[in-house]
Parts: sequence; structure tokens; C-alpha cells
Amino acid sequence: MNQQILTVRSNRALTEAVYEMKLGGDMSAFTAPGQFVNIRLDGFYLRRPISVCDLRDNELTILYKVVGHGTEAMSRLGEGARLDTLCGLGNGYDLTKSGQNPVLIGGGVGIPPLFLLAKKLIEKRVSPSVVLGFNRADEIFYEDEFKSLGIPVTVATADGSRGVKGFVTDALPNRYSYFYTSGPEPMLKAVYRATVTSGQFSFEARMGCGFGACMGCSCKTVTGFKRICREGPVLEKEEILWES
Amino acid sequence: MGKLNVTLCGIRLDNPVIPASGTFGYGYEFAELYDINCLGTFSFKGTTREPRFGNPTPRIAECTAGLINAIGLQNPGVDKVIEEELPKLKQVFRKPVMANVSGFSVDEYTEVCARLDAEEQVGWLEVNISCPNVKNGGASFGMTPEGAAAVTRAVKAVTKKPCIMKLTPNVTDIVSIAKACEDASADGLSLINTMYGMRIDLRTKKPVIANRMGGYSGPATFPVALRMVYQVYEAVKIPIVGIGGVTTAEDAVEMMLAGASAVGVGAANCIDPWASKKIVDELPAVMEKYGIESLESIIGGAH
Repeated sequence: MNQQILTVRSNRALTEAVYEMKLGGDMSAFTAPGQFVNIRLDGFYLRRPISVCDLRDNELTILYKVVGHGTEAMSRLGEGARLDTLCGLGNGYDLTKSGQNPVLIGGGVGIPPLFLLAKKLIEKRVSPSVVLGFNRADEIFYEDEFKSLGIPVTVATADGSRGVKGFVTDALPNRYSYFYTSGPEPMLKAVYRATVTSGQFSFEARMGCGFGACMGCSCKTVTGFKRICREGPVLEKEEILWES
Repeated sequence: MGKLNVTLCGIRLDNPVIPASGTFGYGYEFAELYDINCLGTFSFKGTTREPRFGNPTPRIAECTAGLINAIGLQNPGVDKVIEEELPKLKQVFRKPVMANVSGFSVDEYTEVCARLDAEEQVGWLEVNISCPNVKNGGASFGMTPEGAAAVTRAVKAVTKKPCIMKLTPNVTDIVSIAKACEDASADGLSLINTMYGMRIDLRTKKPVIANRMGGYSGPATFPVALRMVYQVYEAVKIPIVGIGGVTTAEDAVEMMLAGASAVGVGAANCIDPWASKKIVDELPAVMEKYGIESLESIIGGAH
């Protein structure tokens, strides 16, 4: 982890609520896809933890959904704005377990970390496929970006307005070597039940510090208490204990 | 560096800056970022007899100028702290550490204090009496002079290390609690712990925190903490660790003028992991700016 003052290079709406922000600066703190940043915003006490969508040439891409005052303030930031950011937080996905044909399963605003993961798997000559779930056609984002990586992309919408009608679990490929998933908790639980291989889950949590000091985001696992921000946000299927 | 020295219960500190319990873990998350020997000391995570997960999540809520936490004393329990955490800490921190102790009965406090009394690395026991007394209806020990005195007497009987009683601000008259601790032979006081607070999520129309209420900390609590330190300083002779919303070196100096011998830094560590180090680094310039020769000389200077 380190602290960087990153500069906003672009900030644009992808859908009504989801924005893409590109930030320039030193990206040396990141070690794996699935890690996150923690961004300080003027006028807000706690930082905003947001997962890394893409990294290249000293540029970080994050996607975020406007859900409250903090993310709304982010959506108004223009080019050149400077953001105090803690970089390289969390464990990230472990690529060594992927096998040759892993499936990446993302839902809504949980999708972003799967983009960098897909790129890194392709660099390792692994052939991932991607399943992206949304509520409606007008909420779809990053379908084209994933397709531009040259990998199979299946979209599912809950209302059937695009792609497979239903949830990501209705659109899983017949065969896959492993899975990586990120999305809202009900989706993660459904993926947990529907998948036939081992895999890795990225969790969201209400965090205090984001780097392991406050214990705000702890969860219980098969292997003991873990901090989502530090030992997570990625947990392996076999260690997850779902709270009732 | 001599100008920054202070003494806390007979132990010399290089400077008065003490990251507060619950915001600094057992030190090594921060030791990865900077040499934590630059600190006066730090107070480690509140430790109980048994391992605890704490309260259900979510247990953090943002506020204007602060945050509410309801962690519920997650810690590995005193045995693991002694077997695992202290040896790890020894490799990165060579100063005496402040051991924060919590309990849900007088017996638990004394047992944990007695175990930590044997540990050479521990300089002080900071006894958090804001915890509910489960054998007596769940009110905090620190909410009555009698409860505070009972814990103080009990822990003093099992340790030779200085006992600093950490007081809750959620009381009508903190001075009477402070005096009760002093009369029961406490060696020092630290104040304030967090203030009860809550937030409600407008979308769900329910409390943000699963436990409904939690402890509010951060810059908004600074004037309240400062006032309480000021009042308690007038009433007791034992040293005070002033805690509550301290974010800058100026805040630390203000806290000392109110009567603090040392200064706790809490919530600030959670939003800026380098916050405590920055306060240490900035103290000399702030002293220079305000014509302060030595920090020890300004303790209680506002009275």
C-alpha cells in the first residue's frame, strides 16, 4: 500500500448511475487484479473504497455507481482534480488456480475487477469466458470492452431486455475449469450454489480504514476471522461462511 | 528531541503522541508503512480474556467530521496476544507499549491484567471501563464512581504496572468518576472514549449499524474531549492522556494546555495511516510558532 495524489484524466457516465473515472499517477503499489483503492473526498470523513477495473501506463480506471453523497460528489469531479488515494489495498485474485478455461462471473457494479483479471489471465495464455449480469438492458456497461479482449462474453438481464433472460447463474457455460466472481451478495450466494468447481469471490463491505487497522469489515470464515479489506476482499469458495 | 519529552506515570516518552486503542491494531499494519518507534508509544487493540469476533456487521458509519464504530472489541484474546502478537510486535517496536484491557466482569479485568503484568514489553495497562458490566444489568463500569472504583481497586491489586483508567464520556459528571478512580489509587486516566451515537439510512429507514448504536469519534468530538480533560485536570493530581478527535499537532498542544500529559490519536489513523507520525513530525514547528520551549512545561497551562 502507498498513498498517492492521483489526477483525474476523465470522468464519464457509462449508464444513468455508473461512471468510469481514469486517474493518472504512480501505480507501483498494485500487485494483483481484485485489489482496491481508498479515495479521500473533500467534505467527507471516511475514504471511498473502490475496486480497480484497469491499470496501464500509470493510469488507473475505476468504475463506480452513484449511490450516496460521496459518489455523487465524485461524479462531479472534472479533469485535473487531484485525489488523495491509498493504492494497492487488499489481496486480489489468485491467478495460479485458474486452470485453462475459467469463467468470470460479474453482477452490476461488482463487474469492474473482473476486467483487469481477464486481461491478466489472457496475458498468461489462459482462455477465460465472461458472464455479466444486469437488471435491465439500459444498465449494461463494459460489454464492448470485455468483447474487445477477444473472449466469449454472455450478458444476462433479469428482465430479459437483453441477452439471456435471468441471472448470471442461468448463463454459466457448460464446462469451466474454475471461476472468479464479484457482485452483490445475493448473486454471490447463488453463484456459490450453482458452480461445480472451486473459485474465488470478491466481497464488498462497509469499511472504516480500508487497510486493516479498525476491524470494521471483519467476517467469519472457515479459517478464522478475516478483514475484508486486508485478508480479502477475495476469499476462496471453501473458506466462506455465509451469515444467515 | 528533548523539547518533546514527557513523563507518563514515571515512564519517559520521547514525545506525547500515542495512537489510541482500536485504531492501531497491534502495531504492525503501521510498521509496514513507517518506523513506529517515532511514536511516544501506542495503545494496542482492546484485549479481553476470550477471543472475540465482536458485533455483527455493518459496524462502521460515516458522520460529519467523524465516524461511528460498533466493532465490539474484536481481539484474539489475552493468551494469543501474549503468545503471538507481542513477539511479533517486539520485532518492530522497542519501546514499552500500552496494553488496553477490556472486560465484562471485575474478574475478567483482573485476570487479563494479571496475565499482562508478567509481560516485559507492557509499560502501562490502560483499563477500558466503558464496557458493559454483564453481571450488573449491562451498564458500563465507568458510568458510576462505584463501578469505576471497583475495577480500579481490583486491577491495582494484581499488577505493579501503572494502571491508566480509560473513561467514558457518556456520563453526567466525569469529574466524579475521575476522582473515584484516583481515590482507588489509579496511576493515570485517559479520556475520552467514544460518545454514543447513531445514524439512520434513509433508503432502508433503519439504523446503519447492525448494533443500532455505536461510539462516535473524530474531529467533532475534540471540543468535548478538551473540555473534559480541562475539568478533570482541575480535580485530580494523576496524569491524563487526552484523547478525542486529535488530528493535528495544534490539537495535541491544545490538549496538553488543557491538562493532558500525553495525547491519544484515534480516528485520524483510520483515514490517514501516517496521521500519528505526521503529528510527531509537526510538533517542533508548532512549538516554535507558538513560542513553546518544552511540551512538559505547558501541561495544564490553560488553567
